[in-house]
Amino acid sequence: MRYLPLTDADRSAMLDVIGAESIDALFADVPEAARLSSPIEGLPMHAGEMAVERHMARLAAQNLSAGEAPFFLGAGAYRHHIPASVDHLIQRGEFLTAYTPYQPEIAQGTLQMLFEFQTQVARLFGCAVANASMYDGSTACWEAIAMAGRVTRRSKALLSSGLHPHYASTARTMARFTGDAIVHSPPRLEPETDFAALAQAIDGETGCVVVQYPDILGRIGDMTALAEACHAAGALLVAVVTEPVSLGALRSPGEMGADIVVGEGQAIGVGLQFGGPYLGLFAVRDPKHVRQMPGRLCGETVDAEGKRGFVLTLSTREQHIRREKATSNICTNSGLCALAFSIHMTLLGEKGLRALAAENHRLACLAADRLATVPGVTVLNHSFFNEFTIVLERDARQVVRELADRGVLAGVSLGRLYPDGDRRENGLVVAVTETVTAEDIETYASALEECLR
Amino acid sequence: MPRYFTEEHEWIEVDGDTATIGITDYAQEQLGDIVFVEVPAAGTALAKGKEAAVVESVKAASDVFAPVSGTVIEGNAALEDDPALVNTAPEAGGWFFRLTIADPGELEGLMDQAKYKDFVAGL
Amino acid sequence: MNAPNASGWKPGTPEAAQGVSGVETVTGNRGLMLEEPLIFEIGGADTCGVDLPTPPPLQGRGPGGGGGADIPHPNPSPEGEGLLGRLGGLLRTDPIGLPGLSEPETVRHYTRLSRQNYAIDCGIFPLGSCTMKHNPRLNEKVARLPGFADLHPLQPEATVQGALAVIDQLAHWLITLTGMDAVAMSPKAGAHGELCGILCIRAALEARGDMREVVLVPESAHGTNPATAAFAGYRVENIPATPEGRVDLAALTARLGPDVAAVMITNPNTCGLFEREMKAISDAVHAAGALVYCDGANFNAIVGRVRPGDLGIDAMHINLHKTFSTPHGGGGPGSGPVVLSEALAPFAPLPFVRKIGDAFELIEEGDGSEAAPDSFGRMTAFHGQMGMFTRALAYILSHGADGLRQVSGDAVLNANYMLRSLEDVLDAPFAASGPCMHEALFSDRHFAEGISTLDVAKALIDEGFHPMTMYFPLVVHGAMLVEPTECESKASLDQFIAALRSIAERARSGDQSLHQAPQLAPRRRLDETLAARKPVLAYEDPSSRT
Repeated sequence: MRYLPLTDADRSAMLDVIGAESIDALFADVPEAARLSSPIEGLPMHAGEMAVERHMARLAAQNLSAGEAPFFLGAGAYRHHIPASVDHLIQRGEFLTAYTPYQPEIAQGTLQMLFEFQTQVARLFGCAVANASMYDGSTACWEAIAMAGRVTRRSKALLSSGLHPHYASTARTMARFTGDAIVHSPPRLEPETDFAALAQAIDGETGCVVVQYPDILGRIGDMTALAEACHAAGALLVAVVTEPVSLGALRSPGEMGADIVVGEGQAIGVGLQFGGPYLGLFAVRDPKHVRQMPGRLCGETVDAEGKRGFVLTLSTREQHIRREKATSNICTNSGLCALAFSIHMTLLGEKGLRALAAENHRLACLAADRLATVPGVTVLNHSFFNEFTIVLERDARQVVRELADRGVLAGVSLGRLYPDGDRRENGLVVAVTETVTAEDIETYASALEECLR
Repeated sequence: MPRYFTEEHEWIEVDGDTATIGITDYAQEQLGDIVFVEVPAAGTALAKGKEAAVVESVKAASDVFAPVSGTVIEGNAALEDDPALVNTAPEAGGWFFRLTIADPGELEGLMDQAKYKDFVAGL
Repeated sequence: MNAPNASGWKPGTPEAAQGVSGVETVTGNRGLMLEEPLIFEIGGADTCGVDLPTPPPLQGRGPGGGGGADIPHPNPSPEGEGLLGRLGGLLRTDPIGLPGLSEPETVRHYTRLSRQNYAIDCGIFPLGSCTMKHNPRLNEKVARLPGFADLHPLQPEATVQGALAVIDQLAHWLITLTGMDAVAMSPKAGAHGELCGILCIRAALEARGDMREVVLVPESAHGTNPATAAFAGYRVENIPATPEGRVDLAALTARLGPDVAAVMITNPNTCGLFEREMKAISDAVHAAGALVYCDGANFNAIVGRVRPGDLGIDAMHINLHKTFSTPHGGGGPGSGPVVLSEALAPFAPLPFVRKIGDAFELIEEGDGSEAAPDSFGRMTAFHGQMGMFTRALAYILSHGADGLRQVSGDAVLNANYMLRSLEDVLDAPFAASGPCMHEALFSDRHFAEGISTLDVAKALIDEGFHPMTMYFPLVVHGAMLVEPTECESKASLDQFIAALRSIAERARSGDQSLHQAPQLAPRRRLDETLAARKPVLAYEDPSSRT
């Protein structure tokens, strides 16, 4: 077996040192009844690289990958071009096969990268401090709600109807067990966000208000007034960003007063990967909230010779020290995805991020205007970045399936996101990134026209 | 002023119905460099044996329990900026909080300096 | 206060040290050991390592401008005299502060950083409880096939049948290897899997109207166990260990009662021992109406040899980044599928894959009412760590039935070889009770006054090794937990043993120079006290520093 270096001669020499007759004898503590005497049911013997690769490639070939078709899906996961050097660098063994940097003297590569990543995220979000990552946007969102509860000692969270339904669903699951109250309803097909209504709904028990920016339908709302309303009532404003490229064009949530900004970092450097692994981003505007943050934090310090170095710090918040009183149970996070994000962001720089955002918005405007000319299609949004909602005259989920048969991946239907119906099922969320060409838009519009005819 | 000690390595100095509470030199030595102390806010009602404060080193966080019941008069604000006071002056400037003692009877059974010294020697 | 610092881990400000090489260089570099500034010190706002189409820049008035070009426009023209966006009046105009580098500078920056890291690819990485084994490159290759890597999670099911088949096949093997009834694939890492398992337990208890409040956790458990139970709304109580390092069955049985919801047990446990009485523990827990959660972090010791389902376990997470070798990446991503007993299977989270005839479908919200009426709900967006599933499936198929059994055998053999080769110089608190499983546990008992586990670990760095896990489990003072894994050759083990023997002898004789270690790494000991007392968590431009 190619991954196992011991030879039979090694094994018997080692057994002699140990004083055991066989490897099986080392399992003496396992009661006889619990030992598996037969081989694993149905699993073939070991296989060479070629055979395994063939098996996996056959499965891969059964999928229609995004690069094979005009592609317009978003709703929390975005297809962007990832420069070739990103994937090359994250595959360097010193990054790929390292553990959490618990021995900082021999992990400065990972630690410095995390410090750079934290700074990039904090600046992108308009915040003071970002952590070293969470699992993904949805779990970061729940952690933000839980953190707001610790800060305000209030247990009610008002969720915008424009929050990604999977994020809301994740929060509802957790709240059911922690006893927090989650207020959330699905969005109405209106051109504007519900921020104004949320501001009205804040009361003395509200610990936080959670909004998405841009929201699930692609709408963009100014959260300044909402932040003021939150603060006046002693609540925190949590902003969720599922498409971080948008912040190359849009004012940051921190600048508008959001207290905790979380997000999904997948769009920068991390591929679609059918939903994971992704990259949870988590930042706070006010440094005084740092001790209530979940997850790892990397900080600057000096070594015994006075040289600058980096360490994981403020660890007493975390489970391995604080155990049942930790701010979160999170341990492993998304380090390698954070590296991919940070490399891609470094390649872009401010100039590149702004250009990328502008190109996304330009193409999205082009697509919105073209699709608006298709009979039976209405563009819902007044505002959007690279994603908008169109409303059809019939169930969009079916239309998406029909368009997939015609080789166009047309978007995410609201019927898939909100299976309860209630007249949202005709809505279709369409994302347009720099990977989309003018021809793709034309192909989409023509196919949609034929499909709706 | 009488000073008492607990098996949880806290000291209590009593002045009338007021007590000043901190952790002992032995405790700070075991913890190593103290990096953060969370002290209770004035007005907090504490019950004997309940969590009153948290003291953190880089790799450990320990709860400090109220050795007697009472109402907090003040926490030591100096520890916010300079938690190292707990290392340098644990039984003086590194005190944690003062409280008004609710039941002086609770002081009975606590150790004096000599008994605590013997207790630590036996650990 | 509660026991101050039971583990004995007491880092302080490092002793000031001189440079050891004796050679001062202009650059600070020392041969191949290269210093590297932060991107904020070398990058520029106008530098870009990507050639992008150059659309007209977004124009419009910034905040408060009003009436400008960026207000909603019924018929904006995307081309022409600058882009008239529909950005809701929220164009970002202030500098963001994100430095850019050209591609060669970027490649060099991260390559230089990478060389300051130790990794499995460099040598043995014997972190106990972490199972740092070789990461096969075939698995990296298959995960990057566009048919897996370039799929959106919300594509129509008809376009992702191969991806759903991967999830289904991996699920099948995980169920088979553990002898359980079902598996929840969506948890993102081990601790997330623990949460999934505990939520299943809570949902099952609630479904029978049983509102229990307490979860019992051994003192030797991973910190995630009590943290998870608390995160799920439970009160946590410790259960003691026997002097030989196993769960105290009598104490556990005595504590069981109508308020106990679950017991969380790690098996093999964090002392590196198999819980011989696991079945009896499970039976006692079940008899008291509670459920058994098993922390599967140490599954590598028994894979292919013991099925947790045969031990009465109700839920167990499997760290794919441990046993099934998906790369740890410097702190993740992980993946933590949870296998479930028949009693818990109905409560598994959404979404999940179901096979109908030859086709796979994804059961999500809305489908749930008929397909999964008792599911406790969703715990993450999308369907789990697909990129880890492809790697883990390739790993299982590569090893096969014979290879997986050899994995656990060699992992246990290597750990016992380590234990017996070092027990004369290091205190091995539980070695007398028999063989260990896949990790060998030592304590600081034989070290001279003033020498700590930390000193020994740092001295290993100078010898070119990553240290073992330090100060865990908490039940052993100055613990050193060594997990070599099956991926080390005998020569590699012998080299590590020789280095650790030599350091252990120095520790016993009180060699104070150990406090200076490491002396040969890219950095000497770092001042963690300073980092925690005055946290600097983001780069500040020198001009804005106070």
